[in-house]
Amino acid sequence: MTEFLAKYGPLLAQGTLDTLYMTVVSTFFSYLFGVPAGVALSVTKKGGIAQSPRFNAVFGWAVNVARSIPFIILMIFVIPFTRLIAGTSIGATAANVPLIIAATPFVARVVEQSIEEVDRGVIEAARCMGATDFQIITKVLLVESAPGLLRGLSISAITILGYTAITGAVGAGGLGNLAFRFGYQRYQDDVMYTTVILLIVLVCLIQWLSNWAAAKADKKIIK
Amino acid sequence: MITVENLKKVFSGKDGDVAALNGIDFSLDNGDIFGIIGMSGAGKSTLLRCITMLEKPDSGRILIDGTDILSLKGEALRKARRQMGVVFQGYNLLMQRTAAQNVAFPLELAKTPKKEIEKRIKELLALVKIEDKADFYPSQLSGGQKQRVAIARALATSPEALLCDEPTSALDSLTTKQVLGLLEEINKSLKTTIIIITHEIGVVRSICNKMAVIDGGRFVEQGSAEEIFADPKSEITRLLLGISEAAE
Repeated sequence: MTEFLAKYGPLLAQGTLDTLYMTVVSTFFSYLFGVPAGVALSVTKKGGIAQSPRFNAVFGWAVNVARSIPFIILMIFVIPFTRLIAGTSIGATAANVPLIIAATPFVARVVEQSIEEVDRGVIEAARCMGATDFQIITKVLLVESAPGLLRGLSISAITILGYTAITGAVGAGGLGNLAFRFGYQRYQDDVMYTTVILLIVLVCLIQWLSNWAAAKADKKIIK
Repeated sequence: MITVENLKKVFSGKDGDVAALNGIDFSLDNGDIFGIIGMSGAGKSTLLRCITMLEKPDSGRILIDGTDILSLKGEALRKARRQMGVVFQGYNLLMQRTAAQNVAFPLELAKTPKKEIEKRIKELLALVKIEDKADFYPSQLSGGQKQRVAIARALATSPEALLCDEPTSALDSLTTKQVLGLLEEINKSLKTTIIIITHEIGVVRSICNKMAVIDGGRFVEQGSAEEIFADPKSEITRLLLGISEAAE
């Protein structure tokens, strides 16, 4: 055990840090782009506060197309763009580029779903009080759906965490990369199992954190 | 002063057109409590949705102090909306905000200074007698308490008129009495014109000075509540009164 830790400890620690780094950065940016996109998908629907069925159809179609490209293909497909943004296509920072591109449409759908759950009556009440579209979005839709958004955040972050393992296969570092190099290429099961355990711990941690935050944020449930 | 002239609305559906509003006219003086009563499907909800401009009527005019609000757009429309407070059957409170924050909401939308909002919250919660629940969330309040918060919220921007859509239909009879008493008090102390849409004849009987009976998208009878109760002219009014008496 001590021998194992001495030999692979630093590698595993670095891998965990890289995975966390990719997950956090990619989740952050995919929400930065995904929240406005999800709001746009929801409010432009028929009966929405800014309904525009044509925009909704085109935008929804684009999101579906982006979501249907398998991540491993997308990752290779966007390499030129990744080089342009990150200066290289290797390493954790470069991996963030395809991760964000793949996760943003996913996040948009997750956000859309939460926004849809806001009571229509409350939106109409805000309308009657003279709220602008922008005020309805920032003060009603995003606030009333906050607990749902937080629960969705765990789904997105865990999905992104899964994606980071795939980027590991093409040299982005992280736990996926370790599992691939040691487990698949060198048949070192102990390293692979350790990475799997570390990934499980990370997933549980994300889920627990977001459940806690969502429960704390939700005033609709009597505590 | 609120005047509604020849309001019409047709819904086109699969089974042809349905005239939800068939020429509605009425005129209210400041301080009136006007009850609009009718059965389900009579056009009550459509009328309310048209007056609150959630639905665009096909024709007609809605004049508030001489301005046709249907001709307004953008900021002018939003300003006009603040002249009308709306109280809903389902309360429609923001679930993630406390009672006080719900009352503050329309003021925030109107970009009222923070200090003034604080002051208004205190006044309004005192007016609806629910000061002690200021920091409670709607999920922690009873139906009657929620409706009080909703009334306070509707009054926040000091509107000329209060529009109430079945305000007591989700409440028990004692709470109904209290909420109606509160509306009457508000009408007396603030001189707010109140329009109540309801299917309960008791609501009209207890607080309205004017009333209209709606059926098939038009008023079959309207005038002073006292006179209509004493001498109902239309069949539907007699039916509504009969049902109510039988039920009592």
